[in-house]
Amino acid sequence: MKKIFLIIQREYLSRVRKKSFLVMTILGPLLFAAFMVVPAWLATMEDTDVKTIAVADSTNIFYKALPETEYIKFAYPEGVSLKELQQNFSQSGYSAILFIPHNILASNASILYSDKQPSMSVSMHIKNSLEKEIERQKLKANNIENLDEILKSVKTDINLRNIIWGDDGKEKESNTGLAMGIGYGSGMLVYFFIFLFGAQVMRGVIEEKTSRIVEVIVSSVRPFQLMMGKIIGIGLVGLTQFVLWVLLTIVFIGGVQKVVFPEMSKTPTEQALSQDVMSGQQVDESAIKYTEAKPQMLEEIFSSLKNVNFVLILGMFIFYFIGGFLLYASFFAIIGSAVDSEADTQQFMLPVTLPLIIAIFVMINTINNPEGQIAFWFSLIPLTSPIVMMVRIPFHPAAWEIILSAVILIITFIGSTWMAGKIYRTGILMYGKKSSYSEIWKWLRYKN
Amino acid sequence: MELFKATDIVKQFSNHRALNKVSISVPENSIFGLLGPNGAGKTTLIRIINQITAPDEGELYFGGRKMKADDIYQIGYLPEERGLYKKMKVGEQALYLAQLKGLSKNDAMKKLKYLFQKFEIIDWWNKKVEELSKGMQQKIQFITTIIHEPKLLIFDEPFSGFDPINANLLKNEILELKSKGATIIFSTHNMSSVEELCDHISLINKSEVILEGQIYDIKKTYRTNVYELSYQGDPQKLESSLGPGYELLSNKTNHHVNLASIKASGEDTDNRLLKELIKHVTVVSFNELIPSMNDVFIRVVEETNKKNQVA
Repeated sequence: MKKIFLIIQREYLSRVRKKSFLVMTILGPLLFAAFMVVPAWLATMEDTDVKTIAVADSTNIFYKALPETEYIKFAYPEGVSLKELQQNFSQSGYSAILFIPHNILASNASILYSDKQPSMSVSMHIKNSLEKEIERQKLKANNIENLDEILKSVKTDINLRNIIWGDDGKEKESNTGLAMGIGYGSGMLVYFFIFLFGAQVMRGVIEEKTSRIVEVIVSSVRPFQLMMGKIIGIGLVGLTQFVLWVLLTIVFIGGVQKVVFPEMSKTPTEQALSQDVMSGQQVDESAIKYTEAKPQMLEEIFSSLKNVNFVLILGMFIFYFIGGFLLYASFFAIIGSAVDSEADTQQFMLPVTLPLIIAIFVMINTINNPEGQIAFWFSLIPLTSPIVMMVRIPFHPAAWEIILSAVILIITFIGSTWMAGKIYRTGILMYGKKSSYSEIWKWLRYKN
Repeated sequence: MELFKATDIVKQFSNHRALNKVSISVPENSIFGLLGPNGAGKTTLIRIINQITAPDEGELYFGGRKMKADDIYQIGYLPEERGLYKKMKVGEQALYLAQLKGLSKNDAMKKLKYLFQKFEIIDWWNKKVEELSKGMQQKIQFITTIIHEPKLLIFDEPFSGFDPINANLLKNEILELKSKGATIIFSTHNMSSVEELCDHISLINKSEVILEGQIYDIKKTYRTNVYELSYQGDPQKLESSLGPGYELLSNKTNHHVNLASIKASGEDTDNRLLKELIKHVTVVSFNELIPSMNDVFIRVVEETNKKNQVA
C-alpha cells in the first residue's frame, strides 16, 4: 500500500505543480462561464447591419404601421409595383421585399422576397409585426371605443414564482430554469472532467510506455498498483481542480450578492408582498420594464439558489465524477497500454467517446423531460449515468433511482478496472506489435 | 550454494512458447551470463525472475527457498529498454524510484547523494531528465538499479549507449558490486564482456537452454586443439618433424617469423608438441587457439538450429 501511495503522490504532485494547472484553475470558471454564456449571447446578439425592407402593400392598410427596430427599417415606396421592385432589386439597396397581398386578412399569407436567406430575427420580427398589426386591424373592425387604452390595460406579463414547502414546512423558492441550468452545468462539468482527466490517464500510460520507464517500475510494483496509482492520482488532481473552482465561484457569487442584493434574508412571501407584485403592475414596452424586471429576475434566481440542495448536488457530483472517471479512466488506461504512440489511439477512441457523446445528446433531452423514459434508462446505464443522472438530480428524482444508478456504476467500474488491470499489465510490455481488438482480447485472457 | 534457481520454467504465449522447460541456477556471489540470440526468450525469463510475469509451469527459488513476492526488493533490474520520466527532475526521480524499491526517504537521499558524487553527476540533481545526454541518463538508471543494495542484480545489455570510458567505469562498478557480495545476472550480446566478467553462463536458443556451465569448462569442451606457432627456421623441417597425430593446417613463410597452425588429435598434447618443435625450430611464440565465447555462441546456436531443421 505504501507503494501505491508513492505513485499517487508522484502523479498528483507532478501535475498540480505544473503552471498549466494554476492557469486552468483561474481560467476554468471563466472559460466555463464563457462556454455557457457566449453561445446564448451570440444567439441573442442582433445583426448590426441596418436592413431596409421594401413593403409592397397591395392593401394600403399597413402604411407606416410596422414597428421598426434599430436595425430593421421599413420603406414604403409609393406607386411602384412589386414587379418593378423585383426588377430593380439589385440597385435599390433594399435587403428584402415584403409583399402583402390584398386578401391578407383572409388568407393570412405574405411573402418575403430576397436574394439571400434573411436572418431568423428579421423573419421573426416581420411575422410578429404583421400578426400584431392584423390582430389590431381585426379588433378595430369591431368598432370598440378606446380600443388602444383597453389593449394597454389588459396587457399582462405574469411573474410566476414557484414556492415549494420543504419537509419542515418552510417555504422554498424553486426555479425550473435554475434547475435546468444547474443540471446542464453539472452534466457538462462531469463530461469535461471525464474527458480531460481520462485522456490524461491515457497520455500518462503512453508516456511511461514510450519512455520505457515502465519496465523499471513494474519490477518494483505490481502493474495493477501502477495503473491504479495513476488513475487515483489524476482523479485527485481533477477533484482538486473542481474544489478550487467551486471555492473561486463561491467567492465570486458571494461578492456579487453582497454588492447587489443586500436584502436576501427575507422569506419569498415577504419579498413578494413588499414588492407588491400582486397589484398587477402594468407592463408596457418601454425600457422601464427591463430595468425593473431584470434585477427582480436575478434576485429570484439568487433567492432560489439559496434553496437548491447544494450539499446533495455537490455530493452527487463528486460521486459521479469519481465513478464516471474511474470507469472511463480504466478504458483510457487500456488504450494507453495497447498503443505505442498517441497517434495510434484513434482506432480505439471511438468506442470510448461514443457513449460520452450519446450522453450529451440524452442530456439535452433530459433537461426538457427529466422524468421521461429516456432520461430514466440512460441515468441507469453506467456509461451515461454520470452525466445524465447529474442533469436529473436538481429535479429531485426518486431516491431509489439515484441509489440504483450509483450501485450499477460502482459494480461496473470495479469490473472495468479489473479488466483494465489484466489488459494493462500485458499491454505495457508489448512493443512494436500492432495492437488490434483481437490482440487485446487475447491479453485479457492471459494468465498473469 | 545458488542464490537463485529456476526449474523447468514454461511460458506460453498464445501461439508461441517463449520458454520451454528452462532451468538455470545462479551461484551466489558470481556473475552469471544469460546469453542467446534475439528472440530466444531471455527477456521473458528475466521478467519472470523479476515477477513481472508469472511462469505457466516451473518453480523459482531465491536464497534456497521458494521465491516470495517480497523478494523483489532483493533484486535490482536494469532492463534493456529503459527510460526515465523526461519532465521530472533527476534527483526527484531517483528518489522516487529508490522509494519504490522500499527505501525510506532519508536512506534513499543519503545513498543517492553518495552515489551521485561517486559517479560525478551531483551537479545534475536539479536538471530535468530531458536536458541530459543518453549516457548521463544511463548512469542515473544504473544508480537507481543498485541503490537499494540488492542481493541479485540483473543487467540487460548494460553497456549499450555508453562510451568506452563510461563503459569501463560501469564494468569496474559491476566488479566492485560482486566483490561486496552481490550476485549478478548479466545478459548481453557482447561476448568479449562475457568473457571478461562472467563466471557462469547459460545459453538459450529457441526457448531452450542449449549450453550451460563455467566459462572455463565450456571453452575446454569446445576447444579445437589447434595451436598457433610462430617460429624461426626452415618450414620444411617443421613439416617433417611433426609426428603422427598432428596435422599441419597452414604454414606461412615470412621474412622474419614463420607462422604455422597445427591441429592435434589427442588430449593434453601441448607440452609434447612443444618439446618436439623446439628440437627443430626456434619457437618465438606458441599458444593454443582457444575458442572465444563468440565462436562458441555461433557454433552452438547454429548446430542446434540445424538439428531443429532436420527434426
